[in-house]
Amino acid sequence: MTSAISIKDLHKTYDNGFQALKGISLDVQEGDFFALLGANGAGKSTTIGVLSTLVRKTSGQVEVFGKNVGTNSYETKLSLGLVPQEVNFNHFEKVFDIVVTQGGYYGLPVSLAKERAEKYLRQLGLWDKNQQQARNLSGGMKRRLLIARALVHEPRLLLLDEPTAGVDIELRRSTWEFLQEINRSGTTIVLTTHYLEEAENLCRNIAMIDAGEIVVNTSMKSLLQKLHQEHFVLDVRNDLAQAPELAGYPCELLDTNTIEVALESHQNLNDVFAALQAQGIHVKSMRNKSNRLEQLFLSLLQKPEVEQKTLSSASDETFKGIQA
Amino acid sequence: MSDTSMNYKFTAFKTIVWKEVRRFLRIWVQTLVPPVITISLYFVIFGNLIGRRIGEMGGYTYMEFIVPGLIMMAVINNSYANVVSSFFSQKYQRSIEELLVSPVPNYIILSGFVIGGVSRGLAIGVIATIMSLFFSGLHMHNIFITLMVVLMSSIVFSLGGFINAVFANKFDDITIIPTFVLTPLIYLGGVFYSIELLPDFWRAVSQLNPIFYMVNAFRYGILGVSDVNVVFAFSMLVGFTVILFSISLWLLNWGKGLRH
Repeated sequence: MTSAISIKDLHKTYDNGFQALKGISLDVQEGDFFALLGANGAGKSTTIGVLSTLVRKTSGQVEVFGKNVGTNSYETKLSLGLVPQEVNFNHFEKVFDIVVTQGGYYGLPVSLAKERAEKYLRQLGLWDKNQQQARNLSGGMKRRLLIARALVHEPRLLLLDEPTAGVDIELRRSTWEFLQEINRSGTTIVLTTHYLEEAENLCRNIAMIDAGEIVVNTSMKSLLQKLHQEHFVLDVRNDLAQAPELAGYPCELLDTNTIEVALESHQNLNDVFAALQAQGIHVKSMRNKSNRLEQLFLSLLQKPEVEQKTLSSASDETFKGIQA
Repeated sequence: MSDTSMNYKFTAFKTIVWKEVRRFLRIWVQTLVPPVITISLYFVIFGNLIGRRIGEMGGYTYMEFIVPGLIMMAVINNSYANVVSSFFSQKYQRSIEELLVSPVPNYIILSGFVIGGVSRGLAIGVIATIMSLFFSGLHMHNIFITLMVVLMSSIVFSLGGFINAVFANKFDDITIIPTFVLTPLIYLGGVFYSIELLPDFWRAVSQLNPIFYMVNAFRYGILGVSDVNVVFAFSMLVGFTVILFSISLWLLNWGKGLRH
C-alpha cells in the first residue's frame, strides 16, 4: 500500500521565533482514517498548513502520494482537499457559488462543478440553502459547507482541521457518518481534533503531537490496549444507600440508582455483574465513563494542565484514576 | 504545454475573472453608482457651468477637452479600487486560501484579479463615455490608440491595486495610496488643463507624472491633440505593465502576507 502522506524530519519555525514543529516524521497510508491529536498550539494545524502549502516548512521532506509538496505542487494540490479550522469563505457569496467556484479553481468545467456542488450540498444537508448567502448559515452549516467545498474536486486525500469544533452533538455525529462514508469510498482522511471521542470513533490510526513533537504514532486499537483501567457507570433498579462492596473492583455511589465501577484490563465485567447479582442488585443499563482515549491522552502527555485548557469532558475523578 | 494543462488553466482563469465580475456587479451600489454620480457632477460643474466661461483649450471646447481626462480618471480609479478592495478583502477574510491551496499557478491568479479590475475599469469607462454624449459630441481620432491606452492604463492600475493589497494589513491601508498618491497624480495629470498653461518649472514637474502621459495619450486617441509624444507614452505604459506585473508575481511567489 502506498503512502498518502510521508513526512520526514519536518521543522517549522515561524518568523517570531516560535518553533511549531521540531522534526516530526509521519506516514499515513492510502485509504486510512488518521487522527492527529494534540492540545492547542501543539503543531497540528501547522502540519496541515505545510501539507496544504499555506505554511512554508523550515526544513524536512513532505510528500503526498509520493510527490514532493514543494516541487510538485500542482500534482499534490490536485489530490488534496482542505477543510480549514476557521471558516474562510466569502460570507457574501451564495452557498452554491462558493462550491462551484472552488471546482473551477481545480479545472472542473462549470457543468461538472455544478453537478458535484449539488451532490455534496445534498449529502451534507445544505441543498435547501444553496441560493442563500453563506453568512446566513448557522455555525454547523458553515462547517459542512467547508467540507462540501473541499470535496468538489473529489480529492484522494482530505485534510480536516478540527471539522466539528463548536458543532452540536447531533450534527457532529451526522458529519462523522458522512466522513466514514467518504473514507469507505476510498478517500484517505486525516483529521486533527481535540475532541478525543471523535478520533476514537472515526480513526484507525493515530498520532499524538505535543509541543511540536510526535509522542505517539500507532493504531487506535493498540493505543487503547495501553489503557489499564476503565470506568463503567451502571444504572441499577435498587435504591442504594451506599456503594456495594465488590472485591477487587473499586466502586463508587454516584446517586441512589447509579454506581461507578473501575476495571483493570485483566478483569472482566461478568464478575462484576455476578457480584452485584449475589447482593440482589439488578443492573438496568451500563455505559463507559467519559472518554477512554482522553484518559490515555492525559496519561501519555503527563500534563494535568492540558485538561483544563483543551479537553472537553474528562472529569477530575477520571484523571486521578489514570494518574494513580 | 499539454491541452489538458491549458484547458485547466483557462478554466481556472475564467473562474477567477467571473468571480471578480460577479463581486462588483453584486455590490453595484458601491462600485458602479458612485463613479457615475461623480462623473456627472464633473460634467455638469466643470464642463458645462465653468467650462462655458473658460473657452477653448487645445482647439476644442473645454467640455470636449476634459471628457477624455474624466473617462481616464474613472477607469484608473475603478481599476485600482476593484483589485485593492477585492484582494485585500479576500486576504482579510482568508478566502484567498481557497485559491492558494488549489493548483492554480500564481500568474493565473494575478491575471484573473487584473482582468477583474480591468473589467470594472472598462465598464465604468463605457458608462462615462455614454454619459459624456449628453454633454458633448463623441470624437474618435484613432480608435486603436484609444482602446490600447485605456486597456493598458487599466492593467497598470489594477496591478498597482494588487501590490497595495498585498502590503495592506488593515482597511486603512487600502485607502492611503488612492487618497494621498493617486488622486493628486490624477488631478495634476492634465485631466482639467493643458500643461501649456503652466509655468516652465511646473510643466517640467508634470512630465514626471506617469498619469499625465496616459491622460494625454488617451486624449490624443479621441481628439488628436496631446501634450506628449504618444509613442513615448505607449512605451511607458508597456514598461509599467512589465515592471508591476513582475513585482506582483514576485510578491505572490514569495507569499507575502499570504503564506506563513
